[in-house]
Parts: sequence; C-alpha cells; structure tokens
Amino acid sequence: MTTPPPAIVTEGLGKRFGAKWALRDCSLAVPTGRVCGLVGANGAGKTTLLRLLAGLSRPSTGRAEVGGQVPRDDSQFLRRVGYLAQEIPLYRRWSAAEHLRMGAAMNAEWDGEWARERLEGLRIPLGQRVGTMSGGQRAQVGLVLALAKQPEVLLLDEPVAALDPLARREFLGTLSEAVAERGTTVVLSSHLVTDLERVCDHLVVLADSRTVLADDLDDVFATHRLLVGPRRDISAIERDHVVLREERTHRQLSLWVRLRGPLVDPNWDVQELGLEEIMLAYLSLREPAAAGPQPVEVTA
Amino acid sequence: MISFHLTARSNVPPYVQLVEQVRQALLNGTLRPGDRLPTVKEVVGALAINPNTVLKAYRDLEREGLVEGRQGVGTFVLRRPDGPSPSDQASLRRSLRSWIAKAQEAGLADSDIESMVRTVLRAAAVEESA
Repeated sequence: MTTPPPAIVTEGLGKRFGAKWALRDCSLAVPTGRVCGLVGANGAGKTTLLRLLAGLSRPSTGRAEVGGQVPRDDSQFLRRVGYLAQEIPLYRRWSAAEHLRMGAAMNAEWDGEWARERLEGLRIPLGQRVGTMSGGQRAQVGLVLALAKQPEVLLLDEPVAALDPLARREFLGTLSEAVAERGTTVVLSSHLVTDLERVCDHLVVLADSRTVLADDLDDVFATHRLLVGPRRDISAIERDHVVLREERTHRQLSLWVRLRGPLVDPNWDVQELGLEEIMLAYLSLREPAAAGPQPVEVTA
Repeated sequence: MISFHLTARSNVPPYVQLVEQVRQALLNGTLRPGDRLPTVKEVVGALAINPNTVLKAYRDLEREGLVEGRQGVGTFVLRRPDGPSPSDQASLRRSLRSWIAKAQEAGLADSDIESMVRTVLRAAAVEESA
C-alpha cells in the first residue's frame, strides 16, 4: 500500500504584521485523512496559520501546499478546501435552507441531499432564520455547509469554543462521521483538551508563534513522560532526551521529558502524561525554539 | 449489539477502552459469536471520536481472533477470549484482595498501592525482556 502525499505541507512558513511575527518558521506535514488538533496560547499564531492555509492571507516567508496546491483566493483552490472562521460567518436573516440553496449555486460538487438530511437529523428547522438559532445550531449549520461542498481539507478555527457540552459533542459527532465516511483531512484549533483527545489523531502545538510539536497523537503519548526522583545532575538526561520543564524541591526532581529513545536510567519513577500535562509543558517552555518541531522515533 | 462509552478521567487510551468493553461484553455474555459490532460510523457519531480509534480497536480484536471484519457488511464476533476460566479469575481476585488487605493494614493508601502495582508491573516487564 502506498502512502498518499500529506494533505498539508508547510516549509518555513511565516507571517509578519509590521515588525511583529505572528507565525515563524513553521514546517509541518499533516498526513491525508488525519484530524489534526492545533493548540497554543492565545496569540500563538493559530488563526494566522489557518488563514494562510485557507488562502485568505499571503505568507511573508516560506510556502504552504494544501491538497497539492498553493493556497490562494480563487475558486479552483477553494472548492477543495473548507474553512470555518471562529465567528461562524452566516447571513443572520437567511434560513438554513437559503444558505443551502446558495451553496448549491456556488459549488460544483455540492451534496445538498446529505446536508439537508444531516440538519434534519439534528432537528434544526430548515426554514428558521439563522440569526434566531442557538449558538450550537448555528455552528452545526456552518459545519454542515462547510462539509456539503465535500472539501478534501477542512480548516476549523475554534469552532466549539462557545458551545455548551451537548452542542459540542453533537458538532464533533458530525465532524467525526464525515471524516469516517469521506476521509477528509481536518485541522481544528481548540483549547479544549478532552475534545482534542477524543477527536484528533495528530497534534500541532504552537508557542510564541513557533511550531514546538507536530506529530501523530499516538507518538505524542508514547514519547512524553514525567520522571520523578531524588535530585541529581540531569546532564545525561539532557544529552539523550528533551527536557521540556523541570521542577525542583531541595530533595526531589520532576522532569517533563520528550524521549528520543529508550530510557536507560532505572532510578526514575516514570509516569505517562495526559494530553493536558503535555500541552502545559510546551506552553510554559521558556525557549520554544529549543524543543524543535522534529518528531522522534522511539523503539522502546 | 452493545453501545460503547468512554471515560475521560482515565489513563486508559480510548481505543483500549473500546477493546476492553468488547472483551468484557464477550466474557459476561452480552456479546455472543455471530453478533455484529456497531459500525465505525455509528461509534464515531455517537461518541464524537476519531475514526482511527475505532478502526484500531477493531483491528486489535481481529488480531486476537475475537472478531472478523466482513467487507461491506460489518464486524462480527467469532468467539470468547481465552484467558483464565471464571473460577481461576475469581481465585486470582481473592488473593489480590487479601494482599490489598495486608497492604492497607501496613498503612498504605490506595494511591500508594496503585503506584506500587505500577512499579512492580514495570519491573516485571523489564525482567521479562532481559
């Protein structure tokens, strides 16, 4: 079986607004069919990256390819890429049905039947004005419209941030079902770790406008550990692995580590880390560049 | 047919939780040979989880010979898992129970016991691979 080329590739991608870099030296490859979680503190560059990938903004440095094409604001590119901005841009005075009609008129490969069935299944009244719907219903309409044009790549900017837990679960259910049916590649930015852990199988972490981690989620879990033990010199650990964060008391030492190979020193109490702990370790990095974006192979 | 559930408050990865739920359902008779497992799309829509999680769980069960995927039809149960008979399992549970009673008497808290079990399991794995 041959591996399809990555759906999204960036090399040295950067965006500068005046003197300030919103995104710097971003190199990553998201394999086709992955659901990629994009995380980082506010202002870390998530929206900038998504807009660059969607062709809504031009890079200052480097390049990007999405579905084999350079992102740009034209129909040839946009028919293959869906983008849902955080504020869910819909016409408030229009009904869902009117949005569906416009989508059908503007998109070559529009699956209106699927969209209608999906919205009915979610008990969203097709004739109701979008402006009078709940936030959850509006988000669902936005997502169904984005999926109805059958994009190869779907970019979602914090789509569930404002939703209650039930609406979030339904939104992510719609998304996951579409991924299961069509193999759509998705990039989804969010702060909600438990959602990301369920829905995603790939993770990109941005800190201070740099990529500090980009890897399949299984590998992320396999390579990150908390080591706890008596205080000691850590130069050996630092030589073989990447220490993301350390905490010392006068007797004890705790290290949040990305392993680059088997851990040989048996004197550590080794604990697995949850996604939240791993993300916090990266988001509190003092020198984000030090961690580097390269995924590591671990055979242990 | 069974329905799956996932606990976020658990260190067990989601796909392992699915595998364990199928094994458990097979052991206690909720699922029997010939039964169909929910489709990937059904599980994914209900739980809002990544499709690969379900695929991976079903692949694991298939590799163990417990279920069989039939192209375009679904995934079906073949047999119950091997492993200790219910009576052996009960006796292992009883001896663990009495060990835990001893540990508690000696003053260990639940979390101490859990951490000790983890450490010893890891040491056993190292010994085995050595």
